[in-house]
Amino acid sequence: MAEQRRLTGYRRPDGSVGIRNHVVILPVDDLSNAAAEAVAKVVPGTLALPHAYGRLQFGSDLELTFRTLIGTGVNPNVAAAVVIGIEPNWTERVADGIAKTGKPVHAVSIERKGDLKVVEEASRAAAHLLQGASELVREPVERRDVMLSIKCGESDTTSGLGSCPTTAEVVDRWVDAGGTVLFGETSELSGGEHLIAERCVDDEARAKFQRIYDDYIEVIERTGANLLGSQPTQGNIAGGLSTIEEKAMGNIAKTGSKPVVDALTPAEAPTKPGLNFMDTSSAAAECITLMAAAGAVVHLFPTGQGNVIGNPIEPVVKLTANPTTAQTMSEHMDLDCSGLLRRECTLEEAGSQLLDVVDRTINGRLCSAEVLGHREFVFTKLHISA
Amino acid sequence: MGGTSHRGAGREPDFLAHHEGDKVAVAVRDLSPGAAEGGYLKGASSVAVELRSEVPLGHKFTLVDIAEGEDVVEYGVRVAVATKPIAKGEYVHVHNVRSARWLNSVA
Repeated sequence: MAEQRRLTGYRRPDGSVGIRNHVVILPVDDLSNAAAEAVAKVVPGTLALPHAYGRLQFGSDLELTFRTLIGTGVNPNVAAAVVIGIEPNWTERVADGIAKTGKPVHAVSIERKGDLKVVEEASRAAAHLLQGASELVREPVERRDVMLSIKCGESDTTSGLGSCPTTAEVVDRWVDAGGTVLFGETSELSGGEHLIAERCVDDEARAKFQRIYDDYIEVIERTGANLLGSQPTQGNIAGGLSTIEEKAMGNIAKTGSKPVVDALTPAEAPTKPGLNFMDTSSAAAECITLMAAAGAVVHLFPTGQGNVIGNPIEPVVKLTANPTTAQTMSEHMDLDCSGLLRRECTLEEAGSQLLDVVDRTINGRLCSAEVLGHREFVFTKLHISA
Repeated sequence: MGGTSHRGAGREPDFLAHHEGDKVAVAVRDLSPGAAEGGYLKGASSVAVELRSEVPLGHKFTLVDIAEGEDVVEYGVRVAVATKPIAKGEYVHVHNVRSARWLNSVA
């Protein structure tokens, strides 16, 4: 367990490192889902990424959709992309954004052609790109090359005691190795957000974090909802959580002990190695979709009651310290760390076990979510469409 | 279950606390009043407490006497304040603690 496993990955033309080698068929908008899914049927081995948006959005909401689309194609787990949109302008904008990395991209738009011609053209391009990607070889890589993301879900008190601190062990070791780790869940930090602010590496990062957090609280208040009036939830209380602060601490426990080097907007690619905060929803699929769009290539997901989440772009490695979940949902779990609650192992040992799972996942072992076909791909919508 | 290679306390613990200095610990099984033994998540030291009440799995009790208005420390930080005096070994939940920062939260 102690020996350092040799890691391998795909070095992309822009220097980034991926651990998967997807050729994606990326629809710019909801209208292009059918063609994208048809192409993935004609050329098995490519990955269609249908989603619900991309029409009549505006302002910051539209910008986030572009950032998510382009970031998904830019992600180092993607070897090449075919972009399909209803009209040429936005289609080219997304394709050009991805092509800046130097990876091959082919763009097709539907107006003046129709789905059938588009499917033929896109399938020919996809077949060519897939053959090209199949010749790319894995090379030795280092931990610092591999961007991690973390988010927990279906949490209970075993999360705070077991799966989150185990994740923290890996986060700390990753940062020590010079790597980059993303965490988010703006809403779920409530009650411990001052502790994240204190951990910010400088005043600039602290001010950025505080602005993001205050904006979130303002949005909640503007809806007239009393967020705190429903927190902790009745389920949390039944499970033993007494206050918002206590709930937040269980969540924050997975972030480890390192300084927070930057506070990012949703889907914004980090520029500083170390632990980065990103403004995200606490809904698992939205959060991980944004983190993958920011460049994360492997995700750690501690769960208590048992979340089944996956992502099409980055493998989602799930762990639980809840012995019932480990037993009843074993096909979804990549690591059972419930031994921590029985003191069969130390936190350091559980961390080493998780690190081993992460290393094997990097080297190509399929995680449970990949095996079961969990590819939740969900865009974050900031406001209504026109 | 029934792992055999136990460490620390030498038997499966009844409870765990997050940090040295925490005033509360979490039951890792359903506990009845009487002697309970556990320890800290980090470190192998063993702690014995005489429980005054039942504490369900995942719920908390005090490791020390806590006065009314005093901070409740878990994870090494304040997570609540006591709304009444809580004796060592007593069950801790929304009936005797509340949020230290928000007065409009549920608890």
